[in-house]
This record gives sequence, structure tokens and C-alpha cells, in this order.
Amino acid sequence: MLPSKWLALLETYRAAAMDSPWVTFFQFNSVNVIYVTLGCIILGMTAGLIGSFAFLRKRSLLGDAMSHAAWPGIGAAFMLQGAKDPWVILLGALLSCWLGAMVIEGLVRYTRCKEDSALGIVLSVFFGLGTLISTHIQHTGNADQAGLNKFFFGQAAALVKDDVMVLGCLGIFMCLGVLLAYKEFKIVSFDPDFAQATGLPTRWISLALATLIVFAVCIGLQVVGVVLMAAMLVTPAAAARYWTERLSVMLFLAALIGAFSGFLGAYISYLGPKMPTGPWMVVAVTTLFLFSFFLAPKRGVVPRLWRMALFRKKTARENVLRSLYKFGESIQNWDAPHTLADLVQARRMALPLLRRTMAGLVQDGLLIETSQGLYQLSDTGLKRGARLTRLHRLWELYLTSKLEIAPDHVHDDAEEIEHILTPELERRLVEELDIPKIDPHGSHIPAGGTS
Amino acid sequence: MSDGLWIILIGALVASSCALVGCFLVLRRLSMLGDAISHAVLPGIVLAFFFSGSRDILPMMIGAGAMGLLTAWLTDVLSRFGKLQNDAAMGVTFTWLFAIGVILVSRFTGQVDLDVDCVLYGEIEYAPFTPMEWMTSNGLVALGPRAVWLVGFMTLANLAFVVLGYKYLKVCAFDSALAASMGINVTLWHYVLMGFVSATTVAAFESVGAVLVVAMLIVPPNTAYLLTDRLSHMLILSVLIGALSSVLGYGIAYTIDGSTAAGIAVAAGFFHLLAVFFAPRYGVLVRFLHRPKWISPEEQV
Repeated sequence: MLPSKWLALLETYRAAAMDSPWVTFFQFNSVNVIYVTLGCIILGMTAGLIGSFAFLRKRSLLGDAMSHAAWPGIGAAFMLQGAKDPWVILLGALLSCWLGAMVIEGLVRYTRCKEDSALGIVLSVFFGLGTLISTHIQHTGNADQAGLNKFFFGQAAALVKDDVMVLGCLGIFMCLGVLLAYKEFKIVSFDPDFAQATGLPTRWISLALATLIVFAVCIGLQVVGVVLMAAMLVTPAAAARYWTERLSVMLFLAALIGAFSGFLGAYISYLGPKMPTGPWMVVAVTTLFLFSFFLAPKRGVVPRLWRMALFRKKTARENVLRSLYKFGESIQNWDAPHTLADLVQARRMALPLLRRTMAGLVQDGLLIETSQGLYQLSDTGLKRGARLTRLHRLWELYLTSKLEIAPDHVHDDAEEIEHILTPELERRLVEELDIPKIDPHGSHIPAGGTS
Repeated sequence: MSDGLWIILIGALVASSCALVGCFLVLRRLSMLGDAISHAVLPGIVLAFFFSGSRDILPMMIGAGAMGLLTAWLTDVLSRFGKLQNDAAMGVTFTWLFAIGVILVSRFTGQVDLDVDCVLYGEIEYAPFTPMEWMTSNGLVALGPRAVWLVGFMTLANLAFVVLGYKYLKVCAFDSALAASMGINVTLWHYVLMGFVSATTVAAFESVGAVLVVAMLIVPPNTAYLLTDRLSHMLILSVLIGALSSVLGYGIAYTIDGSTAAGIAVAAGFFHLLAVFFAPRYGVLVRFLHRPKWISPEEQV
């Protein structure tokens, strides 16, 4: 039992913790917090979902161009109406976004502009137009500029019930759209030519996809703003891609990552003043991206580099064993020890790497280091060396006899494949070649130890 | 000189300096990297502001230049080591840096004299009132707006860069494999170009703001691209079109009482639209008139 003084101290800490924003956030005392959090989560989810298709079509930056293209529409809606009815602003944004998408399509199709230039042109000129309109409004003093500016950086903290209703309705609409047209979107994303060949209306499907992106952008503008909306479309998809090769899983993960970063953005901005929600959402999603980039098991950088290092190590070891086997073959005595210098000459390996490799081989019992510092193959080492030489020569023979490649062109290929060939393939090669004994260069093919 | 002329001059200088490097971005299909860099310099500028405590151009140039190169480098790393497609790598990088920039701006507002409007739209309208001051024996002497000196210097630097490196930039732009086989360090030229793009962005930043730099970098070179097949002509035409956009843009902005920088972007877009339809060889109209006629099999025989 703890002394009562400690208990009292613990109690004050607990009370302080319960009052800190880290905890009070989860009590959702204010209805505002709920709206903001919900809005961010819905946005992150839908943007992640829709962005995945844009990502797979290699049009990640379309979202960026679209979100800038919405600017004149928002400005025009303000100018005509002045009020802040979210549906009207949304309509303006949708129309000008859509026009932007059409212009991009037209520039790429009918002029010699490349796709990246078309994106850049629409992005900057539409944005210029929007700025012209918004500064005009500002100078004439018709409507308050503050309301307009909130679309640039987004003002998630200002989300009210109506906004969240709009977000929610459109979010459901878009998720349904993706579900209904899943098969068509999938085929157009991965192989547009094939889609066209099977008679699918690819242009209409592309258009539907572009429209969905436009919708996603428009609902995102209020929450994260023009520039950062692009991040919510690209980054969750890019992060999800590291974890899977399946589209359905990728969509699910991208939506999850988007939703989670939406939640994190809302949470962090609750913690302190001057913590803008949108940018924190983007920082959160990028952190998740970096995590995936480095550590995702199959496609992540660290596991991949690790596998590459392991393979290099294996290759270096096998090369040494094979060289020693060939030394033995040339004097028909596999027990004779050899120096490091012999190996350096035969393999042109860097000396430190060679030393490391030799030490590893000795440790694993494949090599024996004699008292004079020379090396000879152990029994298992000899078997491995023989098998590698066998694979090497089988492959050379296969290339010359079956693929009719000149004997002096086959060595390099065999040098690579010998590390990869499986016993199964070895058996098939032996069958194909009728249990061969001599390779194309006249050397003896060692008998298989296992097969 | 009246304020209007100063503004037009600054606009024309911004357009020229951007067009000179922008041509190579367009040819190398890196247009969106211009967009990425112009957004990503934001944290560099804020940090420079914060540490130097002033609006001196040198720390800003260093901060923004570093961020620009960082963007180019990170994009490269993500796409090469992460096997991420190039556009996505760019999108992830610049939005991240921009988000950090916005967070820094909102954290330090009040501590630094940097407001969001200036970053976004620039303040070319106020440029004539910020003179360049020289310390002489007679005290401070004002010699024209600061922006003119700054952007003018940048234009000269870009001009020197393009003229001196013309041969190399040309080969790298059209056939980087050939350039590599000729012994040209393609990577080095890429990063030097990115460095110049970043510096140009910063120099133009004060005048036209983050997003409209992109218009100046991409739109006039693309317009020129529709008009000609020669690199030298493309460079000259894009500078001319940029300068014309500055004049027309000022007119538009003056007429409807809006932001001059935005007016210039819209004017550049207008010229591009003209080129799309009426370009002598690649225009939609000419192509439409000269479209191949369909000849029925009977007529062919």
C-alpha cells in the first residue's frame, strides 16, 4: 500500500491530466469539437479513396491543379451572392474545377502542350483569375474577404453543422460512386488500352473519375484549403501503395490513413492555440507516409535494402566457394589450400569485403583456415562449390544448345543465374539437356549431390 | 517615372527572369516542379525571417534556395529509392513543406512581419514605395524601387546562366541520354537549374507571390512553345510574351481594380489561349483547316 502522501500527489496529477487538452479532447464536451473532428475524418477518408485512383493513373497532381482551379468559382459565387451558403459556394467551386479539368483535357488532346504543362497552366491562370476576382471584391468592399480567405488555408476549426452535413452527404455519394463503378475504375486505372479494346467507354469513365476528384477537392477546400488539399489526395494513396499489391486493400488503407490523419489533425489543433488543423493534417499524413516509405515490409526502403544486402552477402560467399572449387578443379586436388591473393586475382573483390566473406564462411564451417592463414574448402563447402559450378555450367549449356547463343556470350548470364536457380529448375534443366556431362567450354559438369 | 510604369517594369522583369528558366522546365516536362518549388520555399522564407529578424534579401535567398533544392532532391530520392512515381513524389514533398511553412507562419505571426496575403499574392502595388537606399557620403540616397534592382539583377543572372550554359542546357533538355554520353554532368546541370529556379522564385516572390510565380514560369514559355520549334526563338518569344503580359495585366488590374500580379497571370493565360487557337503551325485552327480529308476507297481508285 502506498503512503497517503503519494496517493494525494497521484490524485493531483490525475486531476491535472483530466483537465489537460490531451484528455478533454476525448470527452467531446463541445459540439464544435465533434463537428471539426467528423469533418476532418470524412474528408481524409474520401480524399484517400478517390486519390488512390488518381495516383494509379499517374495523375497525382491533378488534384493540385483542380484545387487551384476552384478559386475563381468560389470568388464568383461570393461576388454574385455574398452570403456564405455552403451549397452555393460548392456549386461555384465545382463548376470552375470542372471547367479546369476540361481545359487540361483539351490542351493535352488538341495542342502540343504536355500534360505537366497543361496542369501548370490551368493551375496558375485559373488561380490568377480567382485572385483577380477576390481582390476586386476586397477593394470594392462588397463582401468580407475573411470569408473568402478561409478557402485558401482552410478553416477546419470553423466547420459548423451545415458544413459537416454537406461533407457527409458528398462523402457518402462518392463512396457509393466508387463502389458502383469499382470494376470500371480498376480496369481504366491499370490498363486503359485494354479497357478501350474491350469496348468500355473509357472516356466517360475517365470523366467520371475526374468528376469525383473535382468533388473531393471541393469539399476539401473548406477544411484544408487549396494547396493542402492536393496532399490529402496524393499522400494517403502513396503511403497505402507501400503496403499492398491489391487495389481493394490499397483503397481501404488509403481511406484509413486519410481518416486517421484527419483525426490527428483535429486532435493536434485542439491541443494549442495557433495550431491550424489543415497543415497539421498534412504533416500527420506525411509522417504516416514516411513510416510506410521506410518500414513497409515488402516495398519499404529499409526491408528492401536489407534484402539486397543479404543477397549481396550470399552472392559474395557463393562466388568465393565457386572460385575455390575451380582452383581445385584445375589441379584436380580439392584439398589444397589457397591464399587470399589468389582469390583477389580471380574475383576482383575488394579486400575488406573478401576478408569479411572469408570470415563468415569459416564461421559457418564451409571453409577451413589453416595455421598459415591459407584457406581450403571443407566437405560441405566443396559440395556447395560443386553444386554452384554445376548450375553455372548447366545454364551455359542450356543457353548454347537450346537458345543457340554463342559460347563466349553465356558466362555473364550464368554468373548471375547460378545464385538463383532452385533444385526444381535444376532438375528441369537436367531433363531438358538429357543428363549432360560436358559444358560448352569443354569443362566437366560436376554431378549433382542432391538430385 | 510614374508608379504605374515602375509596376509594369517590375512585372516585365519578373516575367523575363521566370521565362528564361521556365523554358527549360517546360521542355524537360518539369513544369509542376516549378509549382512545387514555389510552394516549398515558404518554410525557408519564414525561417529566414525568423532568424534574421528582417526582410533582408540574402537570408531569404539562402533559406528559400535551400528549400528549393531540398524539394528537387527529396522528389528524386522518393522516386528513386522509394520507387514512387515522379508526380506523386513531388506532390508528397511540396505539400509537406508547404504545410510546415503554414504552421510556422501561424506560430510566428506577431513575431515576424510576414502576412499571408503578401506570400500569396505579392505586393507589386507597393513596390514603388520601397526604395533601394544606398549609403553615400551625403547620407542615404534612394535610387528607384528595391524590387526593380532585385528582379533586374535576377534577370541578368538568369540571362548570363542561359547564355553561358546554352549548349549544355539545350542538350540536357532535349536528350539527357545523349548529354550523358557526351560527358555532360546531367545531374549537376539539373540541380543548378533548380537552384536558379528557386532563386528566381524568391526574387519574384515579393512582387507576385507564391502561386503566380508558377504562371510566369510556365505559361509564357508554353505559349512560345506553341509558336516555334527553335530553342533560341522560344527563349526570346517567351520573354517578349511575358513582358507583354505585364503591360496587359497591369491594364486589366487597373480597370477592374484588382491585384496586378493576378492580372498579369490572367493576361499570360489570354496570350496562351490566342496561341492555342491561332498559332501558325500548331494552332487548333490551322490543324482543323488542314486536317486530313477522308477519301473513300472508290475515289482512291
